[in-house]
Amino acid sequence: MNNNWELIISGSGGQGAILAGIIFAEAALADGYNVIQTQSYGPEARGGASRSEVLISKEELAYPKVQQCNLMVALTQESLDKYGPLLADGGTLIIDEDIDASALNTSIKVYKAPIFTAAAKLLRPMVANVLVLGILNTVSGIVSMESLVNAVRARVPAATTDINLAALEEGSKIGKELSAKAFKGGNI
Amino acid sequence: MSKRLIQGNEACVEGALAAGARFFAGYPITPSTEIAELMAEKLPALGGVFMQMEDEIASIAAIIGASIAGTKAMTATSGPGFSLMQENLGFAAMTEVPIVVVNVTRGGPSTGTPTKPSQGDFMQARWGCHGDHPIIVLAPSSVQEVYNLTITAFNMSEKYMVPVVLLYDEVVGHLREGVELKGTAEIINRDFPLVPPENYRPYATGDGLIPKLAPFGSGYRYHMSGLSHDETGFPTGNPATIENLVVRLQDKIEKNRQDIIKYKAIDVEDAEVIFLAYGSPLRSALQVQKQARARGEKVGLIQLLTLWPFPHELLTETFARNNADFIIPELSLGQLADEASKSVPRDKITRVNRNDGALITPAQLEQALKGVR
Amino acid sequence: MKYKDFLRKDKMPHIWCPGCGHGMVLSSFLRALAKREYHPDKVAVISGIGCSSRASGYLNFNTLHTTHGRAIPFATGIKMAKPELKVVVLTGDGDSAAIGGNHLIHAARRNIELTVIVFNNNIYGMTSGQYSPLTPHMRLATTAPYGNIDYPFDLVKLAEGAGASFVARGATAQPRHLEKIIGQGLDHNGFSLIEVITQCPTYFGRKNRMGSAVDMLQWQRDNTSTTGKEGKIPLGIFVQEERPEYCANYHHLVKTVAEGKGSE
Repeated sequence: MNNNWELIISGSGGQGAILAGIIFAEAALADGYNVIQTQSYGPEARGGASRSEVLISKEELAYPKVQQCNLMVALTQESLDKYGPLLADGGTLIIDEDIDASALNTSIKVYKAPIFTAAAKLLRPMVANVLVLGILNTVSGIVSMESLVNAVRARVPAATTDINLAALEEGSKIGKELSAKAFKGGNI
Repeated sequence: MSKRLIQGNEACVEGALAAGARFFAGYPITPSTEIAELMAEKLPALGGVFMQMEDEIASIAAIIGASIAGTKAMTATSGPGFSLMQENLGFAAMTEVPIVVVNVTRGGPSTGTPTKPSQGDFMQARWGCHGDHPIIVLAPSSVQEVYNLTITAFNMSEKYMVPVVLLYDEVVGHLREGVELKGTAEIINRDFPLVPPENYRPYATGDGLIPKLAPFGSGYRYHMSGLSHDETGFPTGNPATIENLVVRLQDKIEKNRQDIIKYKAIDVEDAEVIFLAYGSPLRSALQVQKQARARGEKVGLIQLLTLWPFPHELLTETFARNNADFIIPELSLGQLADEASKSVPRDKITRVNRNDGALITPAQLEQALKGVR
Repeated sequence: MKYKDFLRKDKMPHIWCPGCGHGMVLSSFLRALAKREYHPDKVAVISGIGCSSRASGYLNFNTLHTTHGRAIPFATGIKMAKPELKVVVLTGDGDSAAIGGNHLIHAARRNIELTVIVFNNNIYGMTSGQYSPLTPHMRLATTAPYGNIDYPFDLVKLAEGAGASFVARGATAQPRHLEKIIGQGLDHNGFSLIEVITQCPTYFGRKNRMGSAVDMLQWQRDNTSTTGKEGKIPLGIFVQEERPEYCANYHHLVKTVAEGKGSE
């Protein structure tokens, strides 16, 4: 892959997709990248489809929005249906194992992970957003684990730091298992 | 100093506090609300005042009051609230009270599109209040520029005793970028009167054009009024005095254009095509200008940081030298292009307008560039 | 100090009509102030737009003549920025109860220490005689040539309902009583509103055939009561309660936040 990442993290309002984007952007900034993070959401505070966009590059960034999305996380079927078409050919998609991505073109690398099952095991389903960052970073290898841990610490409510760091670690473990599987051009 | 990842609206608060602002009064409105929320969090810790007022009219009235008492003060709003503020904005211009008003712009008219960017307040920021009046309008396009220009807004406001409007669209307000919050920027504070109270005439400016207004409570008792007034601040019906006042209010800005007008010119010297932009469209223009140069095309870019006073001399000189075509992208039906057309012939201006709440994309500007070349 | 020392004598004559009650309100205010220990440097008088609001220009304090209806939020900004100032708002019935009504109720709700003196002459005088929210039902005005079908506010009840901790009403026909209640308003640590019934012989009086200024003062004497007589407009102090004041509350908040920071 090149050094220009155009990431979309999408989900249902309240799932923390926007916070996940901010955390990932902050980690990339700490690692010396230029970053821009933006978001869009509907008027509803909960539900609906929300999305966080993160541009990461060693070069200077100007236009603040995704033009050629090459990395995507979708936490719900609705958000994948809505934003999936933005994913460029050859891009990478991370979704929950229950989401159907068969409508996407076959050049896209799809990583299916037990995101919500794993988060539920940690007894805190709301950490799914941070858990998926562990998967995302292991699969893409963009930022250092140290920066990601620091960013999680800086951005999540203090009372939830430990559970979120546990989620990040669990996500990284899942990511390693997924990466270890031989990639054969289809779904993993 | 390491960079911090913050939103445009956060950078605005950081800049205001760095400039010495210690009073904020506001009313919640998308997409500016984060400014009020952060001020509410930060000002008490600094011994400053945060007030959520009953509406935007009260908000601007309160910050003018605070500034009259000697405290640097700011409010933040968006289109509907900015409309409500116009009368008192004119009062600040007339009485020469420094304030900073942030307008994070959204789609209009009326309630419009609260969560989407627009640049439809370009003219209102200059001419929203009734009567000829002085005003300075600054326009950042990145989070770093929001921080820097917020400080500049306070500095210019204190230096020229004039309200300054900081105008940036929703995208600039909400995007997050790495920012350096430098603590070394020069901070300007308004001048205190040099004469003793018994000889004090608040609006006697001499050749300097700018009054030295003593804070209320500092021992200089005087009268301040939105009525046309003489050098003592009291209402007057004298035609010559009224004329002098209106002209001086204009001159204190016009005669300092060199200092007030700020812009960035990129690859303009030999440019055959020049993008002229500010705000989020500027970001697209930057990308396309860079791509075009990389292809060897003589394309330049002028980024406006000061919108008002409008830099006509810059455009006139640039056009006279380059005879270039101008591409003017904006999130309105053409308010910037209309103003620019006073300096650049209309047939040399290509307008790229968008009013659907979406950004002008680099692809759109590449298309426009093809059309010109 | 004598109350006349508070006047900017070089700004006389004032703009008010012969017989207008506004000068009587002003002198009651200044007499009350003169009996107290305020240095003129530490007094700020804020006014809006209208006949009454021209009063600020005649006073040798820090004076601010603002926009129509907005004197209270301007005064709020000054008071919050410099709580050590005594901040007084001089306003009219149109200025405070129509265009500025929203600010009035919210300042009352906050209980910020402002002394608001409402010159109630039941009419818009500056624009020559239109009905205001304090013009009584079916009285005449240039914009109510067949009678005013609106019903007026009871400003005392409005302020009380909005949370003002000091509410009083006086009349120009009772100058000593007026001076006393304004004085108590000035002494009050919280939001105080003093409605003053004052005569406008030029517009309200003439339009409603109420006679001369003297006749209008006589009308006041006949129709008001400081002792709560049945069927009369009551004068006096209706609310006078010690409640936490806004600037003090804010100061307390700042202190709490600062201490919270210190203990981290």
